[in-house]
Amino acid sequence: MEILDITKEHCPMTFVKTKLRLSKMKRGERVEVLLLEGEPLDNVPKSVTEQGDKVIGIAHLKSGIHSVVIEKC
Amino acid sequence: MADKKKKLSLIVFSGDFDKLVAAFTLASGAAAVNYEVNLFFTFWGLNAVKKAKGRRFTGKGFLARVFGFLMGGRKNVPLSRMNFGGMSPRLMTGMMKKRNVATLNELVEASIALGAKFYACEMSMVILGLTLDDFIPEVKEVLGVAKFLEISQDGETLFI
Repeated sequence: MEILDITKEHCPMTFVKTKLRLSKMKRGERVEVLLLEGEPLDNVPKSVTEQGDKVIGIAHLKSGIHSVVIEKC
Repeated sequence: MADKKKKLSLIVFSGDFDKLVAAFTLASGAAAVNYEVNLFFTFWGLNAVKKAKGRRFTGKGFLARVFGFLMGGRKNVPLSRMNFGGMSPRLMTGMMKKRNVATLNELVEASIALGAKFYACEMSMVILGLTLDDFIPEVKEVLGVAKFLEISQDGETLFI
């Protein structure tokens, strides 16, 4: 599974980069997005779900960094 | 019935660096969360989408060409406050890069990549002697008020 690290990004590039990555993926493919808590963790999973893709799981990795696994639908 | 796509239309009037950053932040952010995004560039806002990024004698007629040169393109847009003779946008871009915040060019590129639609104001183009050929290819259409109202109908509209 590919990894998209957006821990250094800020609004709106957090969900812009996620959307751009998803737009290049095929249905059923998954990507693991590494992001920070706060705005990215609040908004990325929400925006992904709203546009019809699936959040498979969210896990806390280390000091403020989370992993969100997304499946392209 | 399927849900209608949400829509954001921005009237980009200001050609100020900071206001353009705000406009393209909203445009790219909204496009990323699946909004239909329309940007209507008018007056100074047209400088953001000129093909020539720097100062160039664009337009038809002596005065229009002088204006075109003085205004320049996206590289020359001034900060709305404390412009310091054009130094501030460069300093601000440097600070944005240092702090990993998307620059104006990156926001414009993201808006394009996410399918935001760019339109140019017909009346402003006539005043400034500009043609569609003076703009980046993403500006696909020249609009008047009536057509813009039609496009922006049933969505949110912001004037920046």
